[in-house]
Amino acid sequence: MTFAEISAALSRFTVGIAGAGGLGSNCAAALARSGIGRLKIADFDLVSEANLNRQFFFHDQTGMKKVVALRENIERTGSGTSVEIFETVISPENVERIFGDCDIIVEAFDRADMKLMLTETVLTLWPGRPLILGSGLAGYGHTNEMRVRDMGDNLWVCGDESSEVSENNPPLAPRVGIAAYMQANLVIEILLKGIKE
Amino acid sequence: MMEITLNNRKEIFDTESMTVAEMLEIKSFTFRMRMVKINGKLIKKDQYSTTVIKNGDDVKMLYLMSGG
Repeated sequence: MTFAEISAALSRFTVGIAGAGGLGSNCAAALARSGIGRLKIADFDLVSEANLNRQFFFHDQTGMKKVVALRENIERTGSGTSVEIFETVISPENVERIFGDCDIIVEAFDRADMKLMLTETVLTLWPGRPLILGSGLAGYGHTNEMRVRDMGDNLWVCGDESSEVSENNPPLAPRVGIAAYMQANLVIEILLKGIKE
Repeated sequence: MMEITLNNRKEIFDTESMTVAEMLEIKSFTFRMRMVKINGKLIKKDQYSTTVIKNGDDVKMLYLMSGG
């Protein structure tokens, strides 16, 4: 497929992104640049100085709502992707309202308990709906330990599944970016596979 | 003795049956944030001590690490 064909095919789809931090902001940008038609992005947080080492924001955006800043940055790519934002804490109560019409959902939270909450909620609401998790991206190096694992029933996990963020093992742009781009790459693979079949 | 598939790998356990909680203990899986599926069905945390794993079951487990 040519890029024009790929982006035309992807323009028909909506992808939900739960969290606009290191995973979500970079994954969203990659999907927009590839031609995804519509993104629904939810996050409650504000851009802080500490985010700038890995998240797709800029220094003059500190203090802004992440979803607002991210929509602005995605629009600046000129991709034409429609970006719908939800300035809210995601909970089992609002997952259906926010992500109900998404073809694929990308889990892009920071906290492990939120990752579990979203997974349990999505698997309960919509068994078989494609869901892509991120787990294990702290530190640097160990590039070959980053992988995609197919958990079956349209559930995948991207990351090394073992490194946990801590003060002495912080998240850095390269490994966070690898995980985010693995998620975006898998979204495209799943959507285009559906078209060919 | 029972044989299950744990994350796509055959594993033999020296017991006739076990709950999810017992399997986690036998395997020394201690990390707290995890997701468990048996034969494709999600098992929530509050069901670990009541859900029995049977011979031949396909068990998938995933650790959820913080960071994003």
